[in-house]
Amino acid sequence: MDTLQRVDATAAPRGTGRRGWRRLAAPLVFHAWAGRALPWFAGLAAVLAVAGLYVGFAVAPTDRQQGEVYRIIFIHVPAAWMSMFIYLVAAGHAAIGLAFHTRLSPLMARAVAPTGALFTVIALWTGAAWGKPTWGAWWVWDARLTSELILLFLYLGYLGLVSAIDDPRRADRGGAIVLLAGVVNVPIIYFSVQWWNTLHQGASVSLTAAPAMAHTMLAGMLLMALACWAYSIAVALARVRCLIVEREALARQWS
Amino acid sequence: MTQGLSARALGCVRAGRPVFSGLSFDAAPGEVVQVRGANGSGKSSLLRLLCGLLPPARGSVHWHGRPVAPGNAALAAEAAYMAHASGMHGELSVNENLRFALQLAGGDTTAAHVAEVLQRLQLGAQQHRPVHRLSQGQQRRLALARVLLSRRTLWLLDEPCAGLDTQGDAAFAQCLAEHVARGGIAVVTTHHAIDTGTACTRTLDMDQ
Amino acid sequence: MLVAIPIIGREVRLASRRPMDALSALFFFVAVGSLFPLGVGPDAALLTAIGPGVVWVAALLAVLISLHRLFLPDLEDGTLEQLLLAPRSLTGIVGAKVVAHWLVTCLPLVIVAPLMGLQFGLLPQAVGVLLLSLLLGTPTLVLLGALGAALTLGLRGNVLLALIVLPMCVPVLIFGSGAVSSTQQGLQAGPHLSLLGACLLVAGVLCPWATGAALRLAVE
Repeated sequence: MDTLQRVDATAAPRGTGRRGWRRLAAPLVFHAWAGRALPWFAGLAAVLAVAGLYVGFAVAPTDRQQGEVYRIIFIHVPAAWMSMFIYLVAAGHAAIGLAFHTRLSPLMARAVAPTGALFTVIALWTGAAWGKPTWGAWWVWDARLTSELILLFLYLGYLGLVSAIDDPRRADRGGAIVLLAGVVNVPIIYFSVQWWNTLHQGASVSLTAAPAMAHTMLAGMLLMALACWAYSIAVALARVRCLIVEREALARQWS
Repeated sequence: MTQGLSARALGCVRAGRPVFSGLSFDAAPGEVVQVRGANGSGKSSLLRLLCGLLPPARGSVHWHGRPVAPGNAALAAEAAYMAHASGMHGELSVNENLRFALQLAGGDTTAAHVAEVLQRLQLGAQQHRPVHRLSQGQQRRLALARVLLSRRTLWLLDEPCAGLDTQGDAAFAQCLAEHVARGGIAVVTTHHAIDTGTACTRTLDMDQ
Repeated sequence: MLVAIPIIGREVRLASRRPMDALSALFFFVAVGSLFPLGVGPDAALLTAIGPGVVWVAALLAVLISLHRLFLPDLEDGTLEQLLLAPRSLTGIVGAKVVAHWLVTCLPLVIVAPLMGLQFGLLPQAVGVLLLSLLLGTPTLVLLGALGAALTLGLRGNVLLALIVLPMCVPVLIFGSGAVSSTQQGLQAGPHLSLLGACLLVAGVLCPWATGAALRLAVE
């Protein structure tokens, strides 16, 4: 009987030779870039938020029907937009990660998801706060609010799954499957909740803003939306840097 | 090499932790590879890499010269894998379990052959007993019966002798010798050497 | 296709050996349906109004609690690995398991549901639509549940499974109970049932494939 010895592997060269943007696909390179970009996005978010809040609370005129309470849309609507947009972004990263086996994509999905969940909670909270003085009830089972609630469950399901699985590969790919299943479901859920709403109650209590919006109101909402977008990017960059450090520490055990 | 199984610079990661790296070996038809090593050295993980349940973190597995990816149909059609768990449901009888496993994987379901193999592994009297009534050694023999009846070229067996008595050990060694004499390949993890008679046996030590 | 027969046969045989396991979903269904009147009072008009929703929610919850029996026993005894290694289409195998699970778990529900419908005072044609909506909807619930079960296979606790599966089941719930409510109010159930059928088609095409991918991950 001969004994087979284990052969030491020749170390595979790290990803080299990529040009331009594609270099950023390597986690360590992205880590450095994110560190430099983070303060800019954070600053941008602060500036836009101050501007948006100023326009929303000081400049925009008082609404004839709702009085001062309506001003909460300057937080509610951007938060709702961002909650849906971030889910699409996370699902996009999930799809890229599954299709191209990039190491960074599942980390980006994990980085943006908590912020998306936060915005969903803010949208629900401000929606309830708006509903109480306007329609007399904390929760009116409006189609949009109900869809936001289900979106929150989708986020929590994804976050719960990736944190419950120890194996990084299974967590990444399993989480990606959940996100993609969710993104396919989101239009179906939205449509079915709309259907359900019109079926069961005649009065359309919609929490979207009044039909004719003053230009200042629109400007205020847009500024706040951009502020939320910049904030999301800043927070996601910070989070993904931590995730990259964790993963690289695991990968270092090879050498 | 163009025939048989070969592994090139295999690296394995379980739950984010590296188990082994840089593993290479070849197994030609008619050879038995006995994998030895301490607990936790990655013997079971190696078998899972070879049969395609676990994707390798580094390196590749080749079957008859062509690289094999997880879920690869070519290897699935020619390999039989016996894990720690026997793959049999406790509520079903020996016969029912065998019939299901062979229908699923494709194999010899002829009643006469099934009876003959069971007889050889001292399970002839247990054919209609539910599997949860069998002892651990008997369940191991049942798993071995499935491997025998599946008529596959490559056997990947994880601790096949666990719980077997001396009679069972001898029966297994004989089955193994016959398998490689027919040109089959076997990769077997084990804690003690299996006497395979004149069959060409190589040892792979995971601790180095 | 041929792999379906041994798989379905095996599941049915196992269910007949342990009938209590298989019928636990049915008992849960009946229990939930009986608890609601106890909770809201015997007012017939109220019960008729909430009836379609209650029966549908009870069916959804019954499917949810039965999901742990879909893949977990196979993972524990090693059958799942053999299923993954079989030289057969994994999508076909998963489809067969889903069909088998539906036969064992949901068919009793569907048979008993009309009785519950009558308990809630639904009209005969509404009871008929209830039956049809459950026939169309419960397979979708099992398909979606199988995906959730595969993703959370081996993880502790059942809450994560519910959290992942329930949002995806909301449209089926809405269309299913909507179909029965419409019939009860004298309206057409056609659109609801068509949407249920569409959900079943989409789930039938996408879920087994995604579930197979999740099973491979779970076994790694």
